Amino acid sequence: MNDFAKLLVLLVTSILSNNFIFSRFLGCCPFLGVSNKVETAAGMGMAVTFVMALASLFTWLVYNFILVPLGLEYLQTMSFILVIASLVQFVEMFLKKSSPSLYKSLGIYLPLITTNCAVLGATLINIEQSYNLLFAVSNGVFGALGFMLAIVLMAGVRERLEFSKMPNALKGFSSSLIIAGLMSIAFLGFSGIGG
Amino acid sequence: MNWTAIIIAGAVMGALAIVFAIILGVADKKFAVEIDARVPQITECLGGANCGACGYAGCAALAEAIVRGDVAPNACPASKGEKIKRISELMGVEASAQTPAVARLICTGDCETAAVRYQYDGVPNCRIANGLAGGPKKCTWACLGMGDCIRDCKFGAITMGENGLPQFNSAKCTGCGACAKQCPRGAIALVPTSAKVLILCRNDDAGKEAKDNCKNACIGCRRCEKSCPAGAITLVGKHCVIDQDKCIGCLECSKQCPMGCIITL
Repeated sequence: MNDFAKLLVLLVTSILSNNFIFSRFLGCCPFLGVSNKVETAAGMGMAVTFVMALASLFTWLVYNFILVPLGLEYLQTMSFILVIASLVQFVEMFLKKSSPSLYKSLGIYLPLITTNCAVLGATLINIEQSYNLLFAVSNGVFGALGFMLAIVLMAGVRERLEFSKMPNALKGFSSSLIIAGLMSIAFLGFSGIGG
Repeated sequence: MNWTAIIIAGAVMGALAIVFAIILGVADKKFAVEIDARVPQITECLGGANCGACGYAGCAALAEAIVRGDVAPNACPASKGEKIKRISELMGVEASAQTPAVARLICTGDCETAAVRYQYDGVPNCRIANGLAGGPKKCTWACLGMGDCIRDCKFGAITMGENGLPQFNSAKCTGCGACAKQCPRGAIALVPTSAKVLILCRNDDAGKEAKDNCKNACIGCRRCEKSCPAGAITLVGKHCVIDQDKCIGCLECSKQCPMGCIITL
């Protein structure tokens, strides 16, 4: 397979069969926390995509140009957290100055992403799969798109649920957890696609 | 133990951290946005939990709204007393905490005064009793005295009095309104702590019937309305209602009431 075909496969697998939330179970906190409205869910998805692409880029550089030459591969988790946290801070400052409207729309979600394990997970998977720079960044973007798909779908379902009748015991959070489980099972149907 | 490896690892992480710190420090200066100096000061005074109870996306957003003058300095439900005062000082307006209110029972129909429709022997629960033929008391507005509000109060401010009516301890009451919301008779109201006079009846029966149902019932005679120099009392339906904002605290109405359902605090 040439690189383009491989990228296409990566796109399909990271959105459907290897979805961060439904098959890797990473980033479940914002998935349940910020999925009350489709609008905010989409905002969160955009923010994650943005941060995940940059994080993939910078962690890949840090790993391959600092940690590997010094034989410090075991420090990857720690240094990646450092990189992601600083990156999010930097992006926040940059956006505040250059694009206040985008900064406002991302709002509180941007700093929340600092502690989103899907971002750390994506960067660690990049290293584990020994992707090159192009694939690492693509994996970050595609994985985040999968996250966005999941959270927007979830928000859509939860918006509808507001108007449906259900037993008191299932109202609110418990039904959300059941729905998340059912969606995860549904996404299991995609397993095997893309090899 | 391989000390060199440990030192190298520590040095690399330290160097990374320092580099990022410098980048962030420079970026902070370079990308500094001019904001009103009051915004961070007010943000410090707010709850800090980004709980969203004020309706804004986080404490910083509320602080901006306060500085813009969109909302009052007391808009944060999680900030109390000193903090609100400080925000008000920053904004240069008079400190006006939300008018404190406490829950009060708007009924004096105890075992002695309120006539009984039937003997209730069921579960001691207001909601159940209320659903059974309009409740055991003849007056359908009367407090049933089964103590649902006592169980719902998170602050232990309500106790059952000897007369079969709940007693409200205004020192412990936080004015959360949980008891008022759950009362099946709607017999509990939040009253400003500044209130001097209360009309403790809200029945809408005609005078004669009301009097038969309860010795303390408001019979809608309008004596209080006529006696009030401030025009704070009006007849609504078949009982009188007092507007606490207009009340001047002359206590004239309580002297005029023939039924004794107007009390002074």
